[in-house]
Amino acid sequence: MSTTSATAPDLTTRRAPGMGGFNLTVLRLEVRRLLRNRRTVIFAMVFPAFFFLIFGLNARYANERAGHGNVSAFIMISMALYGAVLATTTGGALVSIERAAGWSRQLRLTPLSAPAYIVIKVLTALVLGLASVVVVYAVGMFTGKPSMPGYLWVATGLSVWIGSLLFAAFGLFMGYLLPTENVMQILGFVLMIFAFGGGLFIPLSEYPHVLQTLATYTPLFGLNELTHAPLLGGSINISWVANVLAWLVIFAGGAIWRFRKDTARV
Amino acid sequence: METTKADHRLGTPATAGSLPLAVGLRGLRKNFGSVQAVKGIDLDIASGEIVAFLGPNGAGKTSTIDMILGLSQPTAGEVSVFGMHPRQAITRGLVSAVMQTGGLLKDLTVVETAQYTASLFAHSRPVAEVLERAGVTAIADRRVGKCSGGEQQRLRFAMALLSDPELLVLDEPTTGMDVEGRRGFWGAIRQDAAEGRTVLFATHYLEEADAYADRIILVRHGEIVADGTASEIKAMAAGRTVRATLPGADEAELRRIPGADTVELRGDTVLVHSNDSDSVARYLLTSTQARDLEITARGIEDAFIALTSDDNSTTSSATGASR
Repeated sequence: MSTTSATAPDLTTRRAPGMGGFNLTVLRLEVRRLLRNRRTVIFAMVFPAFFFLIFGLNARYANERAGHGNVSAFIMISMALYGAVLATTTGGALVSIERAAGWSRQLRLTPLSAPAYIVIKVLTALVLGLASVVVVYAVGMFTGKPSMPGYLWVATGLSVWIGSLLFAAFGLFMGYLLPTENVMQILGFVLMIFAFGGGLFIPLSEYPHVLQTLATYTPLFGLNELTHAPLLGGSINISWVANVLAWLVIFAGGAIWRFRKDTARV
Repeated sequence: METTKADHRLGTPATAGSLPLAVGLRGLRKNFGSVQAVKGIDLDIASGEIVAFLGPNGAGKTSTIDMILGLSQPTAGEVSVFGMHPRQAITRGLVSAVMQTGGLLKDLTVVETAQYTASLFAHSRPVAEVLERAGVTAIADRRVGKCSGGEQQRLRFAMALLSDPELLVLDEPTTGMDVEGRRGFWGAIRQDAAEGRTVLFATHYLEEADAYADRIILVRHGEIVADGTASEIKAMAAGRTVRATLPGADEAELRRIPGADTVELRGDTVLVHSNDSDSVARYLLTSTQARDLEITARGIEDAFIALTSDDNSTTSSATGASR
């Protein structure tokens, strides 16, 4: 196209892009950006796989039965969940860095709409979350220790991945709430506490009674129970679903609230 | 001067035909709490003009530009860009801007940043061509975080060119650049504007406005204090000031002296600024009781300072003359 004539600019040829500017080039560049960050890759992929190798292969309990599979498979699911929530939280929390760098403001000089931006952030987080699950499951498969029927590898892997969406909302909320560029250093610590609270590292039955009760209210509790449910069989407890939904409302609501505040034109 | 001004006003729309204005501001105001950053600006910028927004820091230049770009909401008044709301003009890629600082991601490369930006528009120029135009082809694969300030600024310029905008807005684009970087940057802008793009840039460098703008708008304390071509603004500065003692002077009468641009009264002292100081002096000495007459030259810097300083009386008369 050429609008380089010195006479009339032809305004009629100009239109706005579809889908608020959302496109796959941006998604590809965002994912590449995330994977370029060594720290993110180490925390969200290398650490969870490493934790699995430490906890998931212990000969004392690894081959013990757990529902339709063994304890090693149970621990693999826990570590995949830990990696996936770290990944999606990081993906969401990146908005903090983008705000600090003035990138969010720069984007307001482009056709990219605010909802399209959020969709890009969430999808980027989910791609990284999927990568975490795949890495942990691949390492598990390679060791040959985790045992469960083939369909359960898929079912648990998918539920971990989809469940990690909850933490994309958490990451966005924190990204808009916290002004710091080191937001992930804070969130890494917070997620570690959530992981203990949810029983990802140590079964909740090992905790004193008061802590057990308290732990059922933490954000990873419901997700941890639900993602292990296909392996363990048995019925799904309504309190797990309630836990996930309550935290989803809190995180997504918080993210929307902060996002509105951030993009409000003064 | 009044005549030249009128010519300029009439001339621009005539050559531009029935085009919508690139920028139209009506009674634009912006308050931040109790601070009035912009106090009622009316301004028309025709397509193809290269306009400098000249004024000291805190004059309201950035606040006005933010409203033109839709980044902030006017407290009162209206903004239209090519006859549209600013946001509509932006989504159509008609307007882009080079901001002073920030707005870049350190972990993307130069070419990735351009690809990212280009992908957001319905129309865009080829990335390679734009990088070449902005002079960043050689550093295309460099991480933005490793680029110098000047390189980053040229990348911002490239990003602004990607949508092939009709209006390019530059907010103090050369702040922090060395002389060579500044010259290179303006060379690229000038080459680009030769193709008919409308350019609006804010600056506090008088020489920059003088060298690159067709039209200079002087702003001070959120108001336009002068508006004219570079030569008109220079003419305002090129004259002399006639100073005399004249008790009970009639300001309106003094304004009518042929060639008097600005008139200022300070007690018994009269200051008349003019390009024709001889006629002013002759008039004062022959037709009034003026005495102790003194004529002094005023430099271009003095004019700029006078027009943009806190001293209200000088400037209010200057505004009268320049409008």
